[in-house]
Amino acid sequence: MEMLLDAASWAFLIVGSAMLMIGGIGMVRLPDMFTRMHGAGIIDTLGACSILIGLMFQAGLTIVSIKLVLVVVFIIFTSPTATHALARAALNGGVRPRVETPPEDAPASGAGGEPSKI
Amino acid sequence: MAFMAVIGFAVARLRNLFSVVMLTGIFSLTSAVLYVVLDAVDVAFTEASVGAGIATVLMLGTLALTSSEEKTSSNHPIRALLLVMITGAALIYGTLDMPPYGDPTAPINSHVVPRYLAESLTATGVPNVVTAVLASYRGYDTLGETFVIFTAACGVLLIIGRPQRGRRRAHRNADWDMEHGVRKHVILRVVSKLLAPLILLFALYVQWHGDFGPGGGFQAGVILGSAFILYAIIFDVDLARAVVPPRVTRFFLSLGVLIYAGTGMAGLALGRNFLNYSPLAHEPAHGQELGIMLVEIGVGMTVAAAMITIFFTYASQER
Amino acid sequence: MMYAVTALAILVTMVLTIYRAIQGPTVYDRILATNVFGTLTVALIAIHGFMNGRPEFLDLALVYALINFIGTIAVSKYVEFSHMGRPSGGDELGDI
Repeated sequence: MEMLLDAASWAFLIVGSAMLMIGGIGMVRLPDMFTRMHGAGIIDTLGACSILIGLMFQAGLTIVSIKLVLVVVFIIFTSPTATHALARAALNGGVRPRVETPPEDAPASGAGGEPSKI
Repeated sequence: MAFMAVIGFAVARLRNLFSVVMLTGIFSLTSAVLYVVLDAVDVAFTEASVGAGIATVLMLGTLALTSSEEKTSSNHPIRALLLVMITGAALIYGTLDMPPYGDPTAPINSHVVPRYLAESLTATGVPNVVTAVLASYRGYDTLGETFVIFTAACGVLLIIGRPQRGRRRAHRNADWDMEHGVRKHVILRVVSKLLAPLILLFALYVQWHGDFGPGGGFQAGVILGSAFILYAIIFDVDLARAVVPPRVTRFFLSLGVLIYAGTGMAGLALGRNFLNYSPLAHEPAHGQELGIMLVEIGVGMTVAAAMITIFFTYASQER
Repeated sequence: MMYAVTALAILVTMVLTIYRAIQGPTVYDRILATNVFGTLTVALIAIHGFMNGRPEFLDLALVYALINFIGTIAVSKYVEFSHMGRPSGGDELGDI
């Protein structure tokens, strides 16, 4: 049982770290502000929340786990909202996503606009 | 620490004030992490709430009232550099004399710290040594800090506050909003309405939990203020003012400081020194506990009211 | 041991984020980078608390998440409207 918990914890932490690095590389290398939001979304939900869930297995069924649950729920609620507000501000401020196709079909402003949240 | 050096350098070099504000936010977060690494959790708590969050928000409020580019500096960079180098050298020379960091034979570590660590639980009944030191052993300093916050809020009110003019628009209520308004920002509104009571609850938790874990009056006050600031940002600041009118914030601003100083005077009136909480109950340790609880409440009230006052005053300015 | 690996990953991502914060051509890149840095700080505090066996750091992590959120919303609103007191859209008075 101990080993099972440890293995699950390891798995989540490693997955979380990998997602963090992938998201970080995305933030640096992706070409447009709206696409960089995808990177930020990966870092926030897959990365940070996986890490915190992995820590939950370490803590067992104590008050610490409940606090971790609270932090995870809070991040899941607020991080997409904050990025949404940012995307709206960017759209209103005139930043347009970079599209390759000519603009007679309406520019897919939803394509890069909403970060992918689970 | 290398992060902090890089960020500090970037802050000094960038001209666009808005980028500077952002980088200052990151700087505060980095220093808070540094405090966590140094095992100073209460300080990190306060740095997080005040430095990273509220200071950024207030600086943005200031930016909204001033220009967005830093004016070109004066023509004498050499003099400024010389002055900074001399001051820096003097400071470093002063610290050369101090004992190494964490040295167990340093004067503070051999006299003051063991006494605090050994006695604070039995003398004050509060397990969190930081709160005991802050509110009881060094209570006079904390009284001064609370007065500083109070004075800051008063200063803001005096300089840019203005009497509450007549409402600029018709009295609005939520039903009218939902029926007539374009529901573009429904996500932000729903989320902030969801979160505001939880944030208030968390502030209360932090206030009372300061005796046992990191927390206390300052942090709780900031979190309480930030709940109202969130509401004011997403909804209208006039609506938020209707919830917390100026007389309420003024009342709590003064009441907090009054509670703190009053507890001190009670100690004086009951026969001991100013800010000695021992005579407040039938036994000195209980008296200390009661005194610490009262002053933390006072600090929390004043900090929350000051945050709300300063933000509302900034945000009510016409552009 | 596993905490050290994760902490290293968090630090590396922080470096990448700071690069974006200093570099980002538009101001929105910088805001995004600050938001991500805040979430990374939350994770770092949690990991550090567990590494040193002091899980009461989690209150601190919760406060960071909250402050990060409020800060990003405030900044977005400031950049969009140049002031912070008016409503975030939704009525005909003062909406851009």
